[in-house]
Amino acid sequence: MTDVPLPYRVIRVNRETADTVTLVLAPTGPATLAPFAPGQFAMVYAFGVGEIPVSVSRIDRHALRHTIRSVGAVSAALCALRPGSRVGLRGPFGTGWELDRAAGQDLLVVAGGIGLAPLRPLVLDALAARHRYGQLNLLVGARSPGDLLYAQQLRFWTAHRGLRHCAVTVDRSADGWWGHVGLVTTLLNHAEFAPDSTTAYLCGPEVMIRATARDLVHRGLPAQRIRVSLERNMRCATGHCGHCQLGGVLLCRDGPVIGWDRADPLLSVREL
Amino acid sequence: MTSTTTLAAALPAEHRARLMRQAREVSFPAGTRLFEEGRRADRFWIVRTGTVVLDVHVPGRRAPVVESLGHGELVGWSWHFTPYVWQLGAEATSPVQAWEFDAAEVRALCAADAEFGRAVATWVGRVVAHRLHATRIRLLDLYAPYGSGS
Amino acid sequence: MAGSTATAVLDRNGLDALVKELTAQGRTVVGPTVRDGAVVLAELASADRLPWGWGTRVEAGRYRLVPREDGAVFAHTAGPQSWKAFLHPQREQLWSADRGSDGSLSIVEERADPASYAFLGVRPCDLRAIAVQDRVLTGGRFQDSGYAARRTGAFLIAAECTEPGATCFCVSMGSGPAADTGFDLALTEVVDDAGHRFFARAGSTAGAEVLSGLPHRPPDPGTEAAAHDAVEAARDRMGRAMPPVSLRDLMGESLEASRWDDVAARCLTCGNCTMVCPTCFCTTTEDVTDLTGDHAERWQRWDSCFDLDFSHLHGGPVRATPRSRYRQWLTHKLSTWYEQFGSSGCVGCGRCITWCPVGIDITEEAAALHDELAARLRQEEENDEGGGDDRKEPER
Repeated sequence: MTDVPLPYRVIRVNRETADTVTLVLAPTGPATLAPFAPGQFAMVYAFGVGEIPVSVSRIDRHALRHTIRSVGAVSAALCALRPGSRVGLRGPFGTGWELDRAAGQDLLVVAGGIGLAPLRPLVLDALAARHRYGQLNLLVGARSPGDLLYAQQLRFWTAHRGLRHCAVTVDRSADGWWGHVGLVTTLLNHAEFAPDSTTAYLCGPEVMIRATARDLVHRGLPAQRIRVSLERNMRCATGHCGHCQLGGVLLCRDGPVIGWDRADPLLSVREL
Repeated sequence: MTSTTTLAAALPAEHRARLMRQAREVSFPAGTRLFEEGRRADRFWIVRTGTVVLDVHVPGRRAPVVESLGHGELVGWSWHFTPYVWQLGAEATSPVQAWEFDAAEVRALCAADAEFGRAVATWVGRVVAHRLHATRIRLLDLYAPYGSGS
Repeated sequence: MAGSTATAVLDRNGLDALVKELTAQGRTVVGPTVRDGAVVLAELASADRLPWGWGTRVEAGRYRLVPREDGAVFAHTAGPQSWKAFLHPQREQLWSADRGSDGSLSIVEERADPASYAFLGVRPCDLRAIAVQDRVLTGGRFQDSGYAARRTGAFLIAAECTEPGATCFCVSMGSGPAADTGFDLALTEVVDDAGHRFFARAGSTAGAEVLSGLPHRPPDPGTEAAAHDAVEAARDRMGRAMPPVSLRDLMGESLEASRWDDVAARCLTCGNCTMVCPTCFCTTTEDVTDLTGDHAERWQRWDSCFDLDFSHLHGGPVRATPRSRYRQWLTHKLSTWYEQFGSSGCVGCGRCITWCPVGIDITEEAAALHDELAARLRQEEENDEGGGDDRKEPER
């Protein structure tokens, strides 16, 4: 279903932080959306309010999860939903992270803020197939300890799922904080990866993506092996409304995940 | 950016070797205070393992951490600039192994050899510039709801 | 094509019969007609409504109707509308959603039954524009089903161009003045001593069948030659031209050109160019609810990249300045369209020039960008050569 939303029921609401929730969604009838790949997104419709693009933050057999931060009218309406509420879903749309292409390589996952959400299904897939990849590094930047997404899950992955290199840094510390304090790029010094055989996956604010990708290029990662997820205004998600253009890229169709070799020249032009 | 401020990348080999001849191996248990705000900056360190955090004394609450430093990073730069007084406090939050340098000795070497002095000054300046840049980006509050404050 | 006609000569009665026949087939016949001081596109009850004896005089920012003594019907240039107003309407409902008392949600597609259109008098540039929108809206992985339904059933009657206007440049874009493909019927108007008539060609089986049912004469060499000559003559009378270079490359090289500041100082960001452009396809969505709060609708309406909200991204627009919004429009139209949809987005119809309230001229802007790029490259070359001379000097 890509034209008309399919009704889904909220089966659980996980409160992640003060302004962010994860909706666990299941179809209301036999019809279901086609399977999502990590990195792809859905258009999520809040009844009577509107529709926004949201990357899938976990893919289970019977449920989809979308982690949503309340920043506008639609996201606020979605964040206010309770179990039993209905939403409309269209999708899947866009490109995925394409983890398969990194078989045999080290993986470097760098997330900033809500950018950890689209990366979570990628990390889960990588953890489920540890033998296929080299080192898995997960570097996370957050505004403050209280704004960190999936904190318990990060600890669980580290303690029980073999995630050996997980580092979290915050812009502002707080009492009891166990991780780093500083910009997310400083964590690159703590990661273990061989630049000539590493694929990196970046998601977060554009300034953070730019800073991280440039640092990685400086460290010898080829731009095409740095995959970034970008964001622009989206209305249709089907490549017809023109809103998500970034130069020649239609982000709903050619993105949201694109290679840094393609993104860098586009992001270098102001107001493109 | 970060990769250019570690000692290995920032100092030419000849000067690096000369500086390292001044280094002493030290280790601190977790919880050790390396220095305090307002005290004389008579030493500095390069972290080998572990984490050192920089904090600010605020009356009535635990000192908030403003930055953490790890492997290869310079702890302290106030020793390089008059009046040689620490601007922040520093604490080992894990067992730390580090190279320790006597500030007066290094300053004397810098004064005696202008070329070496310039190299060290460039390195320290680069560290400070990089930290300033990172701090400015953090100041943007990028992860706030509207990307950079609304 | 047994029992059908590939070419023929029609007179005014033939045109009358054409409208009647298409109407009888249950089609909504749309064509040019004079209203409010312009040639607009509207449903035609009969061929009498066509702009017989009207021409147009256009310039950048100027459009006037002028009477013609020869009574020609297709001697006008592109008006303020294009066929997208019918195929890709300005506002369209997509679906509606209802919330039940138990909280359930049902969402159903709400596409109006597509009219079966016949477009009479489609200029070659506009034929090309329809082909461009076909690729955008139906050529990719996802289809705009409303557009597809309206488009699939549409019967297109082209009118080749014999009277180009001062803002026309279809020759530069390779889209006119002759109609080559993409029509069911093509007409070429001929007015001379031998009378007022139309050389008609069928471009499809359906077109040939319709043509055979109309009162017509067999094609005579004189009419065919006159039609051909009139179109060829039009080729040399284009009012405007694009610089004869790869516009795609030119735009790609010009993203930081200073010319954008110049045009931004004149552009009102009114969006007129995007509204009149026959290929501009951008839309936005509106969600509306009724007073009960249990019924909601999703509507789609035209949007413009000149609108500040177009690029809104939490907190503010990505393209905040007129400079970046004009650049987006022009570079998309002439360059990035290729990456996105495999062709240029410009067909040379000249509407954006005519209907710009301050007379910004796409061909003039392209030429200025070309001059600026050429000057920059020349400068770079001189600098390189200068370096070479310096190295040689000691030998002299």
